[in-house]
Amino acid sequence: MKLKTTLIAALAATTLTGGAAMAAEEAHVTDYSFSFEGPFGRFDQGQLQRGLQVYSEVCAACHGLKFLPYRELAEEGGPALPEDQMRAFAAQHSVTDAETGEDRPAIPSDHFAASNDPNAPDLTLMAKARAGFHGPIGLGINQLLHGIGGPEYIASLLHGYTGETREEAGATLYENHTFPGGWISMPPPLSDDQVTYEDGTPATLEQMSQDVAAFLMWSAEPKMMARKEAGLTAVLFLAGLTVLLWFTNKKIWAPHKGKHV
Amino acid sequence: MSGIPHDHYEPKSGFAKWVETRLPVLSLIHSTLFIPTPKNLNWMWIWGIVLAFCLVLQIATGVALVMHYTPHVTLAFASVEHIMRDVNAGWALRYVHSNGASLFFLAVYLHIFRGIFYGSYKAPREITWIIGMLIYLLMMATAFMGYVLPWGQMSFWGATVITGLFSALPLVGPDIQTWLLGGPAVDNATLNRFFSLHYLLPFVIAGLVIVHIWAFHTTGNNNPTGVEVRRGSKEEVKKDTLPFWPYFVIKDLFALLFVLTIFAAIVGFMPNFFGHPDNYIEANALKTPAHIVPEWYFLPFYAMLRAITFDILFINSKLAGVLVMFGSIAVLALLPWLDTSRTRSGRYRPMFKVWFWLLVADFMILMWCGSMPPEQPFVIMSQLGTLYWFVFFLVILPVLGIVEKPGTPPATIEEDFVAHYGTGGEGTANAALGKPAE
Repeated sequence: MKLKTTLIAALAATTLTGGAAMAAEEAHVTDYSFSFEGPFGRFDQGQLQRGLQVYSEVCAACHGLKFLPYRELAEEGGPALPEDQMRAFAAQHSVTDAETGEDRPAIPSDHFAASNDPNAPDLTLMAKARAGFHGPIGLGINQLLHGIGGPEYIASLLHGYTGETREEAGATLYENHTFPGGWISMPPPLSDDQVTYEDGTPATLEQMSQDVAAFLMWSAEPKMMARKEAGLTAVLFLAGLTVLLWFTNKKIWAPHKGKHV
Repeated sequence: MSGIPHDHYEPKSGFAKWVETRLPVLSLIHSTLFIPTPKNLNWMWIWGIVLAFCLVLQIATGVALVMHYTPHVTLAFASVEHIMRDVNAGWALRYVHSNGASLFFLAVYLHIFRGIFYGSYKAPREITWIIGMLIYLLMMATAFMGYVLPWGQMSFWGATVITGLFSALPLVGPDIQTWLLGGPAVDNATLNRFFSLHYLLPFVIAGLVIVHIWAFHTTGNNNPTGVEVRRGSKEEVKKDTLPFWPYFVIKDLFALLFVLTIFAAIVGFMPNFFGHPDNYIEANALKTPAHIVPEWYFLPFYAMLRAITFDILFINSKLAGVLVMFGSIAVLALLPWLDTSRTRSGRYRPMFKVWFWLLVADFMILMWCGSMPPEQPFVIMSQLGTLYWFVFFLVILPVLGIVEKPGTPPATIEEDFVAHYGTGGEGTANAALGKPAE
């Protein structure tokens, strides 16, 4: 009983203080609602395919996805390109064969190219390597409520540019509200209608940012849908077993417990 | 097994007799499974089974992970991604293993604080307590080395910070650090030895767990009243206890499954909540992360390490911090001799109760401070928290035994049980009305 009261008091205290701190800390990362959030969330196949297009036409100029093999594009729970499309997509890219040392078109087992630009980080795991939400005050409650926020961070960063620039040590820095420190060396990569979506979706900056963020969440966690499905099955199964054990426990103890004397 | 008087195993079949005269393994299983257990154990006595489960879970998933992991600085990070993507259910193995460590520590902290509250460390259970503390130390070493293996940024820089602590020791410090690392800095040699030890230590833990169980099966379990089981005769024992099987096995299994339901939800729906995003960036010796923080279960001790920002006499602040950190665990191990009260259970100690809950709060506050950057007000909070930690063990506990007027525990466990649940109305309507256990 005592423990319960203490816990409730602690919880109340943290939620009360949390609200104020949250607003100040997280002004620069927008809490987009992605289709894959929550225990039942699923990747939007169309969005992943659009994100792949943005990645290929824009990001891939500098960045890489070195942990991602082309074959994963055809797997369930991802962009799920038809087998022949995935092979054709791979074949558009040239890789250096590890055995012959000669360039050849990529096959499904080859990985996406690594970053071209040594200053451009690999993006395969970026959606898990950044936290969009923190706190409040180090307590982790916001991540519990909103998720860790990697894709939100990426989408916010892509349209967090103010248009201001400055020179520093011979390099140009661009002001960005989402980037820690406020100045990033990546020029604004996206602008409205930068790509022409094959499915006809209007390519606004907002749309492209979210599409590529969703695609990068998939590249970081390609088994997410399998994980959530397995998680749900496990929770239901274990909860059922818990209930049965509760009644078993009650029954075997019953003869030893009675009314208060 | 000695201890509480109970029925001994009598082999019935010819085969059982044949085995029993050559190796008394059947009677060992019998006396372990049917050990008389105090009837009045509450829900805080379930963490032992959760811990045993965690150890098996970590070893089982770990053995499978090792089949696909490569301990080399150029390959380790990629091999973890290989597990996440290419290995059948590899993502499940890895997420269960990494979150399993969190469950393991959550359970061990609840288990330790339960022991503190109910005086489980007091005579005659000192050896159980000491073995438990050794297990806890090995758990920390194992978890720390395991966190290095994925070779992410936090792995690398965590290893750099923690091994760097040893360099603070006078004279031999730098040599010890080099010896631990296998070179002048965290590198391939470090990764390889950590991998080797991360695989070895769990089996040492398993051995100590057997000794831990052996020790408390000899003394019998403590219980919420702290009153010993009456041992005059088997009849007396039966009034205070029930056999472990089925009463406590089923109760513990229920609790374990309840905990695992929550665990499955975490693994399935938010597997990275307890991790740090920086560990999804491959280790880079040239880029220090903005904030190096350990996993949540080390934060209270990390806070105590960083709390010492000043020199103490001729000891510089770095060494003093290291000594304080290790000291904070040493005082835990000395508990049986620091607590002078003759009343075992905190339930009957009005003043102890207050200080105990303050200690729990202190632990949580230190955990919070450990996660924050080393600036005010967290420095002063860590310092006060550290001070309270040591004052509790070194001053309050010894003094309380003298100044406190404890209440009177019930004379027997039976009395406590009946007060809670009534007399078991065997075959009567009363049985159906039995309140669920507390």
